[in-house]
Amino acid sequence: MIRSVPRSRLFDALYLTYLVAFFVYLALPLLVTAVFAFNDAPFPSLPWKGFTLDWYFADGSGGRTGLFHDDTLLSALWVSAQIAFWVTLCSVALGCANAVLFERLEFRGKELLYLLMLLPLVIPGVILGVSILVFYSGMANDLSRSWGIELDVFRPGMTLVVMGQVTFITTLATLVIASRLRKFDRQLEEAALNLGATPVVAWFTVTLPWLMPSILGAAAMAFLMSFENFNTTVMLTGSDTPLTVALFNRLREGSTPVLNAVALFLMVASALLALLVTRGDTRKS
Amino acid sequence: MRSSAGRLSLWLLLTPFLLWIVLLVLLPHLQMLRVSFQVRESWDTLDWGLQQYQNFFSESYYWRTFVRTGVMSLFTTFLTLVIAFPIAWYIAKLARGRSKGLLFLACLIPFWASELVRTYGWMILLRESGVFSTWLQALGWADGPVEMLYNDVAVIIGLVYNGLLFMVVPLVTTLEGMDENLVEAGYDLGGGHFTVLREIVVPWAMPGIVSGCIVVFMLTLGSYLTPILMGGKDSAWFTQQIFTQFITRFNWEQGAALGVLLLVLSSFIVWIGLRVTGQSLRKVMG
Amino acid sequence: MASESDLSCSGLVRRFGDNAAVDHVSLNVPAGTFFSILGPSGCGKTTLLRLLAGFDRPDEGEIRIRGQRMNEVPPNRRPVNMVFQHLALFPTMSVGDNIAYGLKRRGVPAAERQKRVARVLEQVGLPGTENRNPQQLSGGQRQRVALARCLVLEPTLLLLDEPLGALDLKLREQMKVELKHLQKAFGTTFVYITHDQSEAMVMSDQVAVMKNGRFDQVAPPEELYREPATPFVAGFVGDNNRLAGELISVREGLAEVRLDDGGLVRGRMASQAPAVGERAELFVRPESLVLAGEALKPDFSTVQASVDTTLFDGANSRVEVTSSGQTLFARLPQDGSAPGLSEGATLQLGWDPMLARVFPAGGA
Repeated sequence: MIRSVPRSRLFDALYLTYLVAFFVYLALPLLVTAVFAFNDAPFPSLPWKGFTLDWYFADGSGGRTGLFHDDTLLSALWVSAQIAFWVTLCSVALGCANAVLFERLEFRGKELLYLLMLLPLVIPGVILGVSILVFYSGMANDLSRSWGIELDVFRPGMTLVVMGQVTFITTLATLVIASRLRKFDRQLEEAALNLGATPVVAWFTVTLPWLMPSILGAAAMAFLMSFENFNTTVMLTGSDTPLTVALFNRLREGSTPVLNAVALFLMVASALLALLVTRGDTRKS
Repeated sequence: MRSSAGRLSLWLLLTPFLLWIVLLVLLPHLQMLRVSFQVRESWDTLDWGLQQYQNFFSESYYWRTFVRTGVMSLFTTFLTLVIAFPIAWYIAKLARGRSKGLLFLACLIPFWASELVRTYGWMILLRESGVFSTWLQALGWADGPVEMLYNDVAVIIGLVYNGLLFMVVPLVTTLEGMDENLVEAGYDLGGGHFTVLREIVVPWAMPGIVSGCIVVFMLTLGSYLTPILMGGKDSAWFTQQIFTQFITRFNWEQGAALGVLLLVLSSFIVWIGLRVTGQSLRKVMG
Repeated sequence: MASESDLSCSGLVRRFGDNAAVDHVSLNVPAGTFFSILGPSGCGKTTLLRLLAGFDRPDEGEIRIRGQRMNEVPPNRRPVNMVFQHLALFPTMSVGDNIAYGLKRRGVPAAERQKRVARVLEQVGLPGTENRNPQQLSGGQRQRVALARCLVLEPTLLLLDEPLGALDLKLREQMKVELKHLQKAFGTTFVYITHDQSEAMVMSDQVAVMKNGRFDQVAPPEELYREPATPFVAGFVGDNNRLAGELISVREGLAEVRLDDGGLVRGRMASQAPAVGERAELFVRPESLVLAGEALKPDFSTVQASVDTTLFDGANSRVEVTSSGQTLFARLPQDGSAPGLSEGATLQLGWDPMLARVFPAGGA
């Protein structure tokens, strides 16, 4: 089972076959999605009709509208980017504060609050969305009915989507940053004080640089998760549809290679983002 | 002076935490619970009652879907664990150097695409006019188009696919922390493959197994896209019904009750899982 | 006197609950000395060091550095620097940035900083390593960077918290000597804490032996070894044999002890002396024991013993024997003068009573 324990050749061969099968299973759906983004046919299926970039660049004149001329998708992309930006900002900031709170401070009820912090991980995404919808949108409804006060921020829309996503992404960001902070040697801060730094300076010159890789990692993760989220988002979205919801609506009308084009575009963007962060990570350490 | 500075920083850090947890988690869920006990008499009169829950139990469609969703989620979780374990073992213990990092990275690839894209990929592969169907015909193994989509197997394939990453990562992390001497000692003291796996490896990996299972179970139970896009006419998923109540029927009271039921189900199963394996949420997730 | 000492503490107390980790400690460290605090783990030496560095505050007593009261001064304003147990080099900074850190906090301009970093690196024997990452350095080099980071600030007092603990044996021996040289070269006052008596003995001008939050004895290493003030010091510093018995008479500073098997032995009375008729312990070092067959002088004390085993260890070879139910070690000279000793053989061990010391029993 481990390298030092002898294995039979048959076992090795079976294991290897299994590994290959697994990674084929993993790669196949993404691969076909990517490939059909370039098929010169109006429907993403075999046979292969030749290579085209129409599904990205066609301007609608030939009956085909590519991604970069599709206003609905482009505006949805923009909405998603805005949401992801705010979600990243809020959840990473909250995550930093929470990490310090749970790793560095002692207070009564800490154990209980820590469990509360983990709670969003064991609540299905749909429920997170539903509960926020019921509470805030319901509040807006009640206010409007009883006093005629219009609180449009709490109507389904971008604000609610951001709130819904921040709910669970904050937990993840907290865990990422806290696990790095846990490995921080408190003596380093004492050393900084000992060398003449004030506590605030010590925090910014020693602790924060140490946390930076995890903060960047948490930010990349938050951005991706926000961009890809559907379950929470779909409950809270209003008239400005984010990309995943727009794609879903488009998919229900029937699939077109434009969907493949968007999918590939997203995959490449995510991969680049992931690469960027891991690059920065390895260079730092 | 020391304690007052400490108190100040405690409150500075506690405030954002409390705002987040109270405004975004606790209050909304309490409100959802409250709404689920409301009965709408007419458009502006509300009454208290168990009407929504009675509906759930009297309408067989509701609770059948409920049970189905729970059972299929458990099965998917188990399947994901069985599929992921050998892979995690290989990455953690057998692969070395560069290939180790590359394999691990390869497991993360599906994460680069959203659930929607992943499901879409499976649709292209499995549907009647899809890639598999075309291949089968080209090979002469099938006479006409074969529909492989819109059934429970397809749904499970898609769900397992979505969960794999979240199972592999915690498994690799815990297995990497295991001293290989433990396994060697197991064999040295006369254990066979199976006993070593059962007595040494699995107990050691338990926190990772439980953590992976919880995440995969939650994701599966709460998933919406995969069952709706890949499932057939009668493979409804419970989240779909919640969605229908809220978005289509605009019946928030019924939707809230269904939401509460789903939350109870998920909490209950997670709690049982932790109980049976003797793990704590803090140890497994934190 | 007071103006000459870099560090003086009086009546320092630090309690954790009911337990006093530092219990009325007073000390005086003259400028330019290498002062060690030696004690087993848990004796309170780390707590004492943290009080001096300012990471903790004393419940009672006063800390003065060059006559200035330090109790209320935060750690970052004390003229004290510290080499941490695990060195605490900042992993996110280069060697140069680590050393420049303190200078930067003092607002030293960049050009001047660079010059002083280069100079101190040269002094510790690591010229031109400014741009290296501390993780790329060897254990001994990191040690020197940690020292340089403190010394560049020219502190009044340098605290060292068992910095050699993480090094392997050989390197540790080497660093001991090097630290001593660096201390002489810089002329900085060192306060060094350790549980390793050899480190304390080799490097220090003065050693304080600490036990249960108190100082048992403060003395130069040699005095500590030859004139231990308490049975704890006698047992903790260097190897020692211990013979239990009853004190029967004292004559001209020489005490006579009746061992439990009836034999009479003599040794010098310690300053902390038992009364006649009380239980007593006689301490005699392995190298003071003479094997019969060598010239046993007539006024020597002797005991009968049977050989258990011989332990060959080069210059430190010993023989383990049992005498009146107690285990003793005697040094075996490796110049060929030692008799062949087989297991079970009986022999006579003797010592000069002036080299043995008698303490009340149960001291440690």
